[in-house]
Amino acid sequence: MARVTELLVNGSRRRIDVDPDRTLLSVLRDDLELTGAKFGCGEGQCAACTVLIDGVATKSCLTKIGAVGAKGVITIEGLASEGKLHPVQQAFLDADALQCGYCTPGMILGAVALLKRTPNPSQSEIASGMNGHICRCGTYPRVVRAIRSAAEKGGRA
Amino acid sequence: MKRRDFFAVMGGGIVVLLEEDILAQETGGPRRGAEAVPAEIGAWLHIGESGDVTVYTGKVEVGQNARTSLTQAVVEELHAPVSSVHMVMADTDLTPFDMGTVGSMTTPRMWPQIRKAAAAAREMLLDLAAQKWSVDRATLKVADGKVSAGARSAGFGELTRGERLTRTIPASVALAPASEWKTAGNSLPKVNGHAIVTGAHKYTYDLKRQGMLYSKMLYPPQFGATLASLDASLAESMPGVQVVHEGNFVAVAAPEPDLAAKAVAALKAEWKPVTAEADSRTVFQYFKRTAQGGAATTANLTPYTIAYIAHVPLEPRSALAQWDGDKLTVWTGSQRPFGVRSELAQAFQVAEDKVRVIVPDTGSGYGGKHNGDAAVEAARIAKALGKPVKRNWTRDEEMTWAYFRPGGAIEVAGKAAPDGTITEWEFHNYNSGPSGLQSPYEISGKKEQYHQSKSPLRQGSYRGLAATANHFVRESYMDELAESVKMDPLEFRLKNAKDQRLRNVIVAASDKFGWKQRKKAAGRGFGIAAGFEKGGYVATCAEVSVDDKTGAVKVLRAVVAFECGAVVNPEHLRNQVEGGIVMGLGGALFEEIQFAEGKILNNRLARYRVPRFADMPVIESVLLDRKDLVSAGAGETPIVGIAPAIGNAIFDANGKRIRRLPLMA
Repeated sequence: MARVTELLVNGSRRRIDVDPDRTLLSVLRDDLELTGAKFGCGEGQCAACTVLIDGVATKSCLTKIGAVGAKGVITIEGLASEGKLHPVQQAFLDADALQCGYCTPGMILGAVALLKRTPNPSQSEIASGMNGHICRCGTYPRVVRAIRSAAEKGGRA
Repeated sequence: MKRRDFFAVMGGGIVVLLEEDILAQETGGPRRGAEAVPAEIGAWLHIGESGDVTVYTGKVEVGQNARTSLTQAVVEELHAPVSSVHMVMADTDLTPFDMGTVGSMTTPRMWPQIRKAAAAAREMLLDLAAQKWSVDRATLKVADGKVSAGARSAGFGELTRGERLTRTIPASVALAPASEWKTAGNSLPKVNGHAIVTGAHKYTYDLKRQGMLYSKMLYPPQFGATLASLDASLAESMPGVQVVHEGNFVAVAAPEPDLAAKAVAALKAEWKPVTAEADSRTVFQYFKRTAQGGAATTANLTPYTIAYIAHVPLEPRSALAQWDGDKLTVWTGSQRPFGVRSELAQAFQVAEDKVRVIVPDTGSGYGGKHNGDAAVEAARIAKALGKPVKRNWTRDEEMTWAYFRPGGAIEVAGKAAPDGTITEWEFHNYNSGPSGLQSPYEISGKKEQYHQSKSPLRQGSYRGLAATANHFVRESYMDELAESVKMDPLEFRLKNAKDQRLRNVIVAASDKFGWKQRKKAAGRGFGIAAGFEKGGYVATCAEVSVDDKTGAVKVLRAVVAFECGAVVNPEHLRNQVEGGIVMGLGGALFEEIQFAEGKILNNRLARYRVPRFADMPVIESVLLDRKDLVSAGAGETPIVGIAPAIGNAIFDANGKRIRRLPLMA
């Protein structure tokens, strides 16, 4: 299969030269220095690797780079615009919805995608929509609060 | 860092060194070499000519928000803006020796030390201003990073310009009581929160160096197996791949991570198997059989079992090692940077000052990152290949080759008089550990014993240590005794609790929960548990629903009351307390490491269930702020009450007493 030579990420076209079987997570982290997407399990169970592909929350550890094509990828590094935090990022800070923070980039992108699908989610919609994300520090109740608060402030991307 | 190097490294200004109270040292570590800063220095603080305040501490940040609470300690005493305070943490070349970020000791020990250093620096600044301006010291005010006298004002940087002052102060300096705190006691937001929500913070797992190789290890297929033969020819034929083989140590390294993964898969190894002595079903008998001093002989003890569980820090173990001549630098996520330095010095037979360990703020630990396995591996491969080497553990490696919270067999017996007074109490813990072994209730003539046993798995610290196991059994059995005299579980506890702080949390939790107003309904149950550990008191109430047919348990509501002396940062304390409940739900309900024949059978998140959003009950916390008491740590104790509260609630719902963790096994 032909090598992949370009990736549209955070609004810019980046030159790469990688085997199409590589995971998107590895290319982001190891080739493009975009380490905001985290490795947590490598089997799609924790969602720490979540990025947005054309606005859809996607586990980058299970996504082959060859399958991304011309779609636009947004990582946590590309979420704030012109130095201003995205409302969901701000809501996480305001609710103290993080401890060690390792799951946080994935959580935030998962929440952004959730709010795009469901702009005003109930607590149980948040719980089911975010259930793929693991926070081992146990900040789930705070994450729910952060998402609710972002929704109330019209936190759509 | 050597004393004479302070200003060379930090630039001019003033430095405060804080002598540690030797008797109060956490566990009393080895003394440092004579020319280095002595171990008695617990922390140091520098105010530079820019006005920046830099504090050096060997503590690590693993999500417990020590970076923030220690910043508060500085701001409290120095009255400097939060943005001017920088914490240099856990860098063995720069920070004072520290035994490790363990045992909930940062708040009771390091926090007051840093306040003392900051208070001394403030006094030095006042001296400098009084001298420079020839004014009475008593007329000076310190606020917002400035010293002022009437209309005259100067920033800390201006005052320290051209100075190279050092002061060493004893740990015995008195501090203002919590009732007079201004910054401390408030909820300062996480100081590095912005770097985390933007993805800017680099965890060890994220680090890279120029020319770095990615590595993979070939581990044995079972614990204790030894390498019989290795054919590495295929891996070695891959361009860019290098193989390191020293005895049982087999690793590959390559410039790209995928190539390293392909190379390790291409190794052909034969291993000499070993016979495992126990598996996850037989291990409880094994603990008793191998107990030191033998098992208890008392008849009619009620047996409980505690499964091994995994920490599952979301950032798996990781290290980046680089040799420059005979100097080794390792970045790694560890709770014991100086312990890892010793491990490395020993592994490579070099002096400790030839080893530098740097711990970036880490993707959690929970007691699971005390040692330097990944660090030693990376350094060994880097040494063999002469290049910086990265060693990122995978999830299954993390859940196999790290260590586990010990399993345990616990046996208990007791009696209660008709009025509820406990008259007999005997408690034996095999293997899980002595923490929290002693009952906080007043019982005359009790017998409590921890028996060391052999463990078929590598085991070690875990948030709360054995206090979780011991509280689970004690508090479950408290309900068994209450039942034996037909007494309400709350009333029974209050009957036997004489410690006022324990009574306070029990009352606070049960009031908030509405214990006395609770209404029985089919398939619903209510439970309560309480305890004391590491200077903190906790009481937890839980409401559960239990499915009549399947027995499936759903925790609907948890109320926890916690008291750990004077509260330093209420919001972060609440976050820790809630986090303890959430993490504790996993060990209470479903976490269990399954193993057989020296293999971990569920070393993946698809097979090892941890708490998720859908498992969340409504969690309410009550913080009892005791400004008259010294602050204790809070990262551990809140976890101990949730399992017995749930177990007791299940009994209340369906009359079934479950005497094992996890309850839903």
